[in-house]
Amino acid sequence: MTDPLLSVRSLSIGVKRGSTDPTLIVEDVSFDIAKGERFGIVGESGSGKSLTLRAIGDLLPRGVEVLAGSIRYNGTELIGMPRSSRSKLMGPEIAMIFQEPMTALNPVVRVGEQIAEGPRRYLGMTRAESMTRAIEMMAKTGIPDPVRRARAYPHELSGGLRQRIMIAMALSCDPRLLLCDEPTTALDVTVQHQVLRLLEDLCDDSGAALAFVTHDLAVVNQTCTDLAVMYSGHIVESGTVREVLSDPRHPYTQGLLDSAPDFDRPDRPLIPIPGFPPNVASRPSGCPFAPRCPFVVEACRTAMPPMVTVAPGHGAACIEADRISRELVAR
Amino acid sequence: MTMPEAQPLHAQPSNADPTATDFPALRVANLAKSYDLPTSLLSRISNRGEKATLRALDGVELQLNRGEILALVGESGSGKSTLAKILVGSTTATAGEIQYHGAPMPARRGKDDSRRIQMVFQDPYSSLNPRLTVGAMLRELLLLHAIVAAKQVRQESKRLLNLVGLEEDALDAYPSQFSGGQRQRIAIARALAVRPDILIADEPVSALDVSVQATVLDLFASLRRDLGLSILFVAHNLAVVQHLSDRVAVMYLGRIVEVAETAELFRNPRHPYTRALIDSIPRMSAGSVTEAFQLEGEPPSPFDVPSGCRFNPRCPYAVDACRTTDPVLEAVAPAHLSACIRATELTELAVARV
Repeated sequence: MTDPLLSVRSLSIGVKRGSTDPTLIVEDVSFDIAKGERFGIVGESGSGKSLTLRAIGDLLPRGVEVLAGSIRYNGTELIGMPRSSRSKLMGPEIAMIFQEPMTALNPVVRVGEQIAEGPRRYLGMTRAESMTRAIEMMAKTGIPDPVRRARAYPHELSGGLRQRIMIAMALSCDPRLLLCDEPTTALDVTVQHQVLRLLEDLCDDSGAALAFVTHDLAVVNQTCTDLAVMYSGHIVESGTVREVLSDPRHPYTQGLLDSAPDFDRPDRPLIPIPGFPPNVASRPSGCPFAPRCPFVVEACRTAMPPMVTVAPGHGAACIEADRISRELVAR
Repeated sequence: MTMPEAQPLHAQPSNADPTATDFPALRVANLAKSYDLPTSLLSRISNRGEKATLRALDGVELQLNRGEILALVGESGSGKSTLAKILVGSTTATAGEIQYHGAPMPARRGKDDSRRIQMVFQDPYSSLNPRLTVGAMLRELLLLHAIVAAKQVRQESKRLLNLVGLEEDALDAYPSQFSGGQRQRIAIARALAVRPDILIADEPVSALDVSVQATVLDLFASLRRDLGLSILFVAHNLAVVQHLSDRVAVMYLGRIVEVAETAELFRNPRHPYTRALIDSIPRMSAGSVTEAFQLEGEPPSPFDVPSGCRFNPRCPYAVDACRTTDPVLEAVAPAHLSACIRATELTELAVARV
């Protein structure tokens, strides 16, 4: 058994508020990402999936901080590491792709220059070498006419091309771990298809691992090997994509699958999840999903259910996980 | 004091036989919209005075039947939203005709004309006035259009909220007090307040979480069923479209390239672009990924529409004729229109490729 590339343990993220207890947005999250693995983090808005990803990249918004837990990258603890040494990891080791390339790219710097910055800074390349590298990376991401496009500013490119520039930038220093925050949500379906295929191919080539945050289960199904489902700041279910999506054991995962239209099963009725996610500041005690859960029992309201292993490598944070599987079979 | 004349409840167009079912509620013919872009002095000199013209819509033919949900799909920049805006009257077409229940819709709409076609926007966070309570917002509309008398406004507002699945207590709340799904319901209630018979919904669920999206889709289905509304549903999520709509119109670069009933369109696409869209859908079922048809490149700029078929530079089946002939939208099967000169061969061509 080799050590995982990234190991997150009991991570809690929140906002400190003077003398009162801090507001927790992400609570007690643990997962591992192996070398070359494609790990999806799925959840709805407010579930804490993006903050978890940003904590790994040390890119939390101002005021939001890691309150407890550990993030180990290649055996090295990242939490508490001095900023300067941590920022040396970003780029050559860990890179990030954002949802909206227009806001993540510098609008007044030519895109080739933006890609070349990383290799020059981290790989010690000269200006000319780094530009060659940038154009090479642009060609690799399928940008037509890269020499000319390298001189373009972000606003001169379409959304799909801008997202490719971001990917080229992220991969320019050969990172071992690529953090993706909804990288295709802003793109059209045909371009999304191209970008997802490209990400997969490039990760196959370089052996980089992928941490992929999205709200779209179908995208995870096609891109990732493993996934964690987040709800209200907790991981409620995790395992291989195949296992979790075919035999979901947490009622929230089940609810997500039932409420999303499935192109291959057009006649299946959509079953919405009743109610709303709890406000992070006034989360109920016990299981955060209890108020919306069709399988809720009294015990759910008293304590957060622990993650139980329902099958090898497949965990669900639900005290009724076994019953839910049986009820699914009965349906 | 004269009482305002009572407006009919929903979906009762004045100038048409309400029993007809295949009667078009809305029909557009040869609709075009172009924008002349301001150019700098330098480029005007260098281009000898030629102006840059963006052709957002270029000969759109579309019919929305009474009581149906027609989905309009296409990539960004295809002109979906421009078409929606023209239909609802917030911008005017450069050329072409809009017929509302068989009669031409005037270019400058009066209050009553604009009442009949209402719009629901994509983002419920920016489409509701944050400083008006829900009740005040509905009241303004109900009185402006004289839908009910002042005394009945509260009663009518309550009815509207119940129609979209909200309670009466929402009347005194501000939009910020609601979640995204609830806001979208409020936006729908606002559209329904003036008793339209056509609803234009521009990506109404794409800003919502999946668990909420399902409830709003159900609402659209029930509005069609219970009120007989005709709904044009602009969307890019094909799984949603497949779930909700009766017919689908596919748009590419300012023109409708295929129209068919939903099941038929997805089972038997007769335009290569539709086929590419279908093959790009992320699937839930493992192993159903089709590698056969990946579309290369991106839509060309609407400033410079390719000659011949506008899809030909990206089309894997393009032949010489495609570069010279601009195909018209015509029937290739019963109730199935396609603008492709190779439409009838397409099924065999796709099989040959795999």
